[in-house]
Amino acid sequence: MYRSHILICGGTGCTASGSASVIAALESEIKAHGLENEVKVVRTGCFGLCAVGPIMIVYPEGCFYSAVKAENIPRIVEEHIIKGRPVKELLYKETVTEDAIKSLNQTDFYNKQKRVALRNCGVINPESIDEYIAYNGYQALAKCLNEYTPQQVIDIVKASGLRGRGGAGFPTGLKWSFAAANKADQKYVCCNADEGDPGAFMDRSVLEGDPHAVLEAMAIAGYAIGASQGYIYIRAEYPIAVERLEIAIKQAREYGLLGKNIFGKGFDFDIEIRLGAGAFVCGEETALMTSIEGKRGEPRPRPPFPALKGLFAKPTILNNVETYANIAQIILNGPEWFASVGTEKSKGTKVFALGGKINNTGLVEVPIGTTLRTVIEEIGGGIPKGKKFKAAQTGGPSGGCIPAEYLDLPIDYESLISIGAMMGSGGLIVMDEDNCMVDIAKFFLEFTVDESCGKCTPCRIGTKRLYEMLDKITKGQGTLEDLDEMEKLCNYIKNNSLCGLGQTAPNPVLSTLRHFRNEYIAHVVDKKCPAGVCKDLLTFVIDPEKCKGCTLCARNCPVNAISGSVKQPHTIDTAKCIKCGTCLDNCKFGAISKK
Amino acid sequence: MKNVEELLAIKERMQYQMGIRNDKNEAGKIVVGMGTVGIAAGAKDVVLAFTENLGKNNIFNIAVIQDGSIGCEKCSPMAEVHMGDAEKVTYVNLTPEKVAKIVAEHIIGGKVVAEYTASAGK
Repeated sequence: MYRSHILICGGTGCTASGSASVIAALESEIKAHGLENEVKVVRTGCFGLCAVGPIMIVYPEGCFYSAVKAENIPRIVEEHIIKGRPVKELLYKETVTEDAIKSLNQTDFYNKQKRVALRNCGVINPESIDEYIAYNGYQALAKCLNEYTPQQVIDIVKASGLRGRGGAGFPTGLKWSFAAANKADQKYVCCNADEGDPGAFMDRSVLEGDPHAVLEAMAIAGYAIGASQGYIYIRAEYPIAVERLEIAIKQAREYGLLGKNIFGKGFDFDIEIRLGAGAFVCGEETALMTSIEGKRGEPRPRPPFPALKGLFAKPTILNNVETYANIAQIILNGPEWFASVGTEKSKGTKVFALGGKINNTGLVEVPIGTTLRTVIEEIGGGIPKGKKFKAAQTGGPSGGCIPAEYLDLPIDYESLISIGAMMGSGGLIVMDEDNCMVDIAKFFLEFTVDESCGKCTPCRIGTKRLYEMLDKITKGQGTLEDLDEMEKLCNYIKNNSLCGLGQTAPNPVLSTLRHFRNEYIAHVVDKKCPAGVCKDLLTFVIDPEKCKGCTLCARNCPVNAISGSVKQPHTIDTAKCIKCGTCLDNCKFGAISKK
Repeated sequence: MKNVEELLAIKERMQYQMGIRNDKNEAGKIVVGMGTVGIAAGAKDVVLAFTENLGKNNIFNIAVIQDGSIGCEKCSPMAEVHMGDAEKVTYVNLTPEKVAKIVAEHIIGGKVVAEYTASAGK
């Protein structure tokens, strides 16, 4: 029996900020004090508040240490673990009040969230099947096999109103019922863990923090549609997630929770992992299955839909990681419980990966229908440096921007589509006044040009032409006619591309044109970039009133474009200037500005 | 895994190990004074005795918390037992043997072990 558990985040975010060395330091310090039988160190999945990682929680007190460094560990062990005195200055600031220390769940970041898919992330050791079982793990599978027919399982999922969390929002129960209705000697259950949107890491975190939840749900899906084999398609760039999945599959097989005759009910189900090489198009369902088959990952026309002819031409269902993460909870708590959360047409919760210009970058899960304002201002802690919110980008390269006037719009699948954005898989990138919307559109187009598989012409050539037009505009060579041409091309690509990649690729352009047309006009008519991002449209100038002639800018200029004598106002030779911004960053008197 | 009972047995076994991570600790908590004098007088053994006895009895919703000195140095090791809404009970001059009795009679049985309390020592 341990008297204390210390949980440290071993997700990708905290690992990147050094949690591995913290864990090593903690383990050696605990050993040095002979506490290894009293204190248990647990490497968990993502807690969500990646901005202040590495995160460490000490139980039973529930003290929340943030941004822990290996050199803090001897003090924490000495003071807190041995003497019972939490080291207040190392705790997450918000949790320390005058008379008490609050726990993680009492912070603004957590108490406005509702965690269903992420319920075990940062709570259990993802490498221990026993800890998953302690939190009702595999009970939903047992319940399905013992109490429900496959049809009843499908009915429950249908009644819950769960919709695909990968982006399109197709009703999950309906998808399952199509595959169940098709007779075949073999069917397949696939999991899409090929999370490719820039800035999205929801699926990675679920797999790193709670891999068994996905395995259990896939087995339930297998029972529901009559499949005995599952495949998880995950990108090789997620080494921690892959490793934990491998451990989880091994443990589940050892316990007989995967394999033959599960729970003695005559149901066989096993899962294998397939690694993707990181092609964005392989997140599209037909391309993903082609890739699992060992062929080049390219999409094919639908119909036939995967429910009829999917993997190896057999009936197949493909669901996203987060979709699966909800299944066991729906079975255990009932469809009514799940349907009581969310909006009329979109039930349950949604995980978002907050990134960009926001204080609490990290992972949050909120009821669908929560406003963007709650997510960004209350949970996300607002925008750094007091800057003004300009837009939030959802759905990555397939999605669009949500401008400030829709901050109070309840987020669900329909509301986002109505304003030209989309739910997407859950990447939420916040942009402030310093972001140029034309540049953002160009960024996403550059991504899709790279990732277009090249099979169909509208996508392969269309996205390239679209990118070139955007590039022309950011260089100040665009015209008003170009804007109309761009819109035409966007619609052409949308209507004629083979798969979802091409059909949605123009969305970032269309949505910025819709909500930020003024910025485009400023670029093509006034030849100015209002946010000061597009270099070709900028001029750096020194205000002679403010310049003290300290020479710092001139000394740092990499192309010697700045001249002037000591203690005299300096000037920039715009012909030489490469607009790198070094002078602006170095000036201590605020004398340099870009126009 | 042949049946659900096996699954539930694992859940049961894990339950008291995991209860420590429940920061609500609905049922109560035990605060052991770990000031310098407390530690010198054997407070560490008292903490271990509490966790061991709670674990042995499958009690997983009561946290054992270490804190600074509770006050009376000469009656260390000391511990406060907070059960639900009841007023805290302070035990003094604890030993692992006394702890076993407190867990059995007070925490499980609901009857304060009067002879070990601070008020009995006065």
